[in-house]
Amino acid sequence: MSASKLTDLSLAEARDGLRQKDFTSEELTQAHISAMEAGRKLNAVILETPEKALDMARASDAKLSNEEGGALEGLPIGVKDLFCTKGVRTTACSKILGDFTPPYESTVTQNLWDAGAVHLGKLNNDEFAMGSSNETSCFGPVNNPWRNKAKETNLVPGGSSGGSSASVAAHIGVAATATDTGGSIRQPAAFTGTVGLKPTYGRCSRWGIVAFASSLDQAGPITRTVRDSAIMLGAMAGHDAKDTTSIDTPVPDYEAALGANLNGKKVGIPKEYRIDGMSDEIEELWQQGIDWLKDAGAEIVDVSLPHTKYALPAYYIIAPAEASSNLARYDGVRYGTRLEGDNLLEMYEKTRGAGFGAEVRRRIMIGTYVLSAGYYDAYYLKALKVRRLISEDFKQAFEKCDVLLTPATPSSAFAIGENLDDPLAMYMNDVFTVTVNLAGLPGISVPAGLDAQGLPLGLQLIGQPFGEEALLGMAEKIEQAAGFDARPDVWWE
Amino acid sequence: MSVDDKTVHRIARLARIAVPEEEISSLGTELNAILGFIEQLSEVNTDDILPMTAVVETEIKRREDAVTDGGYVKDITANAPASDDDYFAVPKVVE
Repeated sequence: MSASKLTDLSLAEARDGLRQKDFTSEELTQAHISAMEAGRKLNAVILETPEKALDMARASDAKLSNEEGGALEGLPIGVKDLFCTKGVRTTACSKILGDFTPPYESTVTQNLWDAGAVHLGKLNNDEFAMGSSNETSCFGPVNNPWRNKAKETNLVPGGSSGGSSASVAAHIGVAATATDTGGSIRQPAAFTGTVGLKPTYGRCSRWGIVAFASSLDQAGPITRTVRDSAIMLGAMAGHDAKDTTSIDTPVPDYEAALGANLNGKKVGIPKEYRIDGMSDEIEELWQQGIDWLKDAGAEIVDVSLPHTKYALPAYYIIAPAEASSNLARYDGVRYGTRLEGDNLLEMYEKTRGAGFGAEVRRRIMIGTYVLSAGYYDAYYLKALKVRRLISEDFKQAFEKCDVLLTPATPSSAFAIGENLDDPLAMYMNDVFTVTVNLAGLPGISVPAGLDAQGLPLGLQLIGQPFGEEALLGMAEKIEQAAGFDARPDVWWE
Repeated sequence: MSVDDKTVHRIARLARIAVPEEEISSLGTELNAILGFIEQLSEVNTDDILPMTAVVETEIKRREDAVTDGGYVKDITANAPASDDDYFAVPKVVE
């Protein structure tokens, strides 16, 4: 099979081909390494590990030839640079981490290697996962493989998991790991025509993932199909004694949840998501999604999530507050870069002043302010109370329905530089996704169509805690109805 | 509520981040825009609402109080910008 054919395969197809010995993992991996090298203009991969990949592929081939191996045996994937990888530089795309090379492996990536996955390289992201466009990375922005019809400007791939979404959309990897604190898996997936799944908080271990906002962060996959998402989640998820917030509940066979019958299932449509200034295209896409699920046998019910508009403001208190605390560890003492000072305090201040980019500095300062004496109650405690109200909204909605259907983003991908000078405009990207993190629920973004500029748009499904199976079953119905098979023109090779 | 230059200096000091003097005022403007946005929460009645700190209600797990890890000092200091004899090295703290 030719190299380009091998990179055409979905994760599930590649897995089946390996098991049937149609090709070897070494051939499959080499094809993806070639695609990675040819795709350097995208800036999606910030550290290529081709030799490691080929070693892992050959080890997989040995297992496969004996009819052995795990769920992901021999499949080449990319890893967001937020996951610590043993002996492989991990920076969270921040200057402050320098050439930090972890002496340990994150639980999620270890789970993937244990399942047989092959490590292609580390993927670009917004610095410390703070951003919605991948433009805050110290390695520079990622180019979205998709361009609008005029093709004059490069577009963002979304963020913070922009390297993950772009690499999967460009067929550089069969799948990628990602993390989502306010929409960082689902928004980039929507911008690149890929599937992004944020699991229930606690479904995947956070151990070894560079922390941004610990009560919101959750790892998940970006893939090209819903089936691939199910397979990846099955390998990533699981209880971990090293993360006390990971939940000790069995990991179901997510792939078996596909092909579900939607008869009698109820899909809630939250009226508050019909925001002011919503474009006709997004409105039509949402209606299309409703019709698709109705045709598949589901019943549509109107629901209300009255505190939706307060989710973003609450998020921009809670996430920076947790970040200011989590990022206190970057002080130039134990790892990363250090700028010398005359005394300890000056060393800290110079190191952190030079090491953090503008958006990270902004968020640390907001977080420091809302936690400071005299403001704690007015901002932080207030936000935690509003968070409960948002969570209660979902609980009440789920008394009437099984899942919720919403748009994934308020628009398609925008141009690089377009929102960079306006933090609040950038924050609005997460208006449909951030509620899900505050409530700890699972959410999935599925490609559902193209807009007038020929750019992908996604629909989001929101599930009940640990309702990933229901989510995947329903997402597959949207995938089938949408028949999304558009691919970006290859301009980057 | 709005932050002035003095407050920006104070937050920067609390956050241990050196901010160049010429960036103080523009940073203040950015912070005020964000604070103005999050201010809308004051519209919400949160009387008798408990703050939410955990999204999944679970019992806190207990484990045996025992040493289960350690014994690799070299791994821990390997990434340090300055270390000496298995210790992290920093500028003099006590005169």
